[in-house]
Amino acid sequence: MRRAGRGVKGRVRLLELAHARSGDKGDTANIGLIARRPEHYAILAKYVTAARVARHFKGMITGRVERFELPNLGALNFLLHGALDGGGTISLKTDTQGKVFSTALLRMEIEVRR
Amino acid sequence: MTASSASVRVAAGQGFWGDWLEAPYRQVKGGPVDYLMMDYLAEVTMSILQKQKARDPDLGYAKDFVPLMDRILPILVERRIKVTANAGGVNPRACAAAVAGAARERGLAGKLKIGVVTGDDLLDRLDGLLARGHELRNLDTGRPLRDVRDRVLSANAYLGAWPVVEALRRGADVVITGRVTDTGLTLAPLIHAWRWRADAWDLLAAGTVAGHIIECGAQASGGNCLVDWERIPDLANVGYPIVEARPDGTFDLVKHPGTGGRIDVAGVTEQLVYEMGDPEEYITPDCVADFTTIALKQVGKDRVRVSGVRGKPATDKLKVSVAYFYGYKAVGTLVYAWPDALEKARAADRILRQRLKDLGLAFEAIHTEFVGVDATHGRLALEDADGTQAPEVQLRIGVRAREEAPVERFTREIAPLILNGPPSVTGFAGGRPKPEEIVAYWPALIDKRMVEPCVELVEV
Repeated sequence: MRRAGRGVKGRVRLLELAHARSGDKGDTANIGLIARRPEHYAILAKYVTAARVARHFKGMITGRVERFELPNLGALNFLLHGALDGGGTISLKTDTQGKVFSTALLRMEIEVRR
Repeated sequence: MTASSASVRVAAGQGFWGDWLEAPYRQVKGGPVDYLMMDYLAEVTMSILQKQKARDPDLGYAKDFVPLMDRILPILVERRIKVTANAGGVNPRACAAAVAGAARERGLAGKLKIGVVTGDDLLDRLDGLLARGHELRNLDTGRPLRDVRDRVLSANAYLGAWPVVEALRRGADVVITGRVTDTGLTLAPLIHAWRWRADAWDLLAAGTVAGHIIECGAQASGGNCLVDWERIPDLANVGYPIVEARPDGTFDLVKHPGTGGRIDVAGVTEQLVYEMGDPEEYITPDCVADFTTIALKQVGKDRVRVSGVRGKPATDKLKVSVAYFYGYKAVGTLVYAWPDALEKARAADRILRQRLKDLGLAFEAIHTEFVGVDATHGRLALEDADGTQAPEVQLRIGVRAREEAPVERFTREIAPLILNGPPSVTGFAGGRPKPEEIVAYWPALIDKRMVEPCVELVEV
């Protein structure tokens, strides 16, 4: 897998800049997006906005997207409301607990300008 | 058995009910630990246990906890390792009695005290609480609990660390609880060991963060870890995480020498953000921890230091988890092989939906997914250079309804497609899917004063 170095410019997939883990609380999925290198955090914070994430998951979630910043961990936390078809036990999805929303977010491509 | 008198070691033994049975044994055998922490309870586990208890008043706890404990009891006694576990489910006393029985058969009579923490179970008190104006409104939807009262299967408040601390102070070697928070099971030994005060918010927050990191077992030591997953060594032999905590609230995450897995900053960060809400407000019964204050540092191989954690006062509420009967669901699958696997699966999905509609069946939801790689064509599928087509697709279609009848009828509509639908289809050997009852989860808050934890000691 290709990983971005220090100088990032142009079109880049989040997988190259970040790793992630996701989980559930009721019908909400959370995705923690973590910079692979400390200098990538600023890029994530600038480009991976709540609105951008909401567009990425359009049609896949019914609620809004919230974003929280954890600069101390080089991480952003996203809450995707209405992401799990009712949540845990109700859901008909394979991924009832939102475990792989993490890598679904890493598919996102951003255009990094200098 | 402390590594040094300046630290106390809490080892994670189970991250959920169904976790690796070898882990607790390896944790107590593989090196020095002071406490073994085992987390069993997920949001809806309590309703399953409540059902078991209704059938047999001696059940209602995590049954496999007993043979697991039976195996390690002699080591626990010999090495003076204490246990905190919420394996008690909705019947901690029965769970404790079963463990005590196993201990006596091992000849450990007189050598073990079991602490039992109850008071979390609100099922029998619900009507009284509702009558006194505690509406238990759903935290997500705002609806009052009376809307689903007649369908409630279980209701439990989340207790924190303090009742577990009390059991330890009274000399318990094994503390078996009902719905105690995952984090409280780790925080309690630290409070007990270092005599942390109830208003030492930074320390309680630090212990809570420690608990959050190890509550999912190996998820903090290389399991289910995305970052550089290909290079995580020897997961077959993965070492579960251990918190090595100091009185000032700083702690290291480590694992036993010679075990597999990996403990590094990136992996611990993944676990920190797992199931996180607002990072500045990680609310537990014991404190409110601020995850934006956590500092992580790699201080050795497989050793990450955690420091800087700040906390705020606990709220005056406890979270309540209510489970109630919701309806029925069923999921059926069929596998379509190359060529045109996806197109065939899509066609089958369209046909099936048409038939369900023509039968006049009412569903709350119908959900279709397409899954698959090499189940049907094995090596041939993997070697095929033509990457433009899926080698196979599993059609996975589920339905949900409030009534059982439409779901039951749906389960009879899958198999006919084998002979009267698109070609190259297989994978129905498992037979007709069965309608499943759905239990839904209702999160609420209750005034802390309404819940009185109870701590008892059982002498073996």
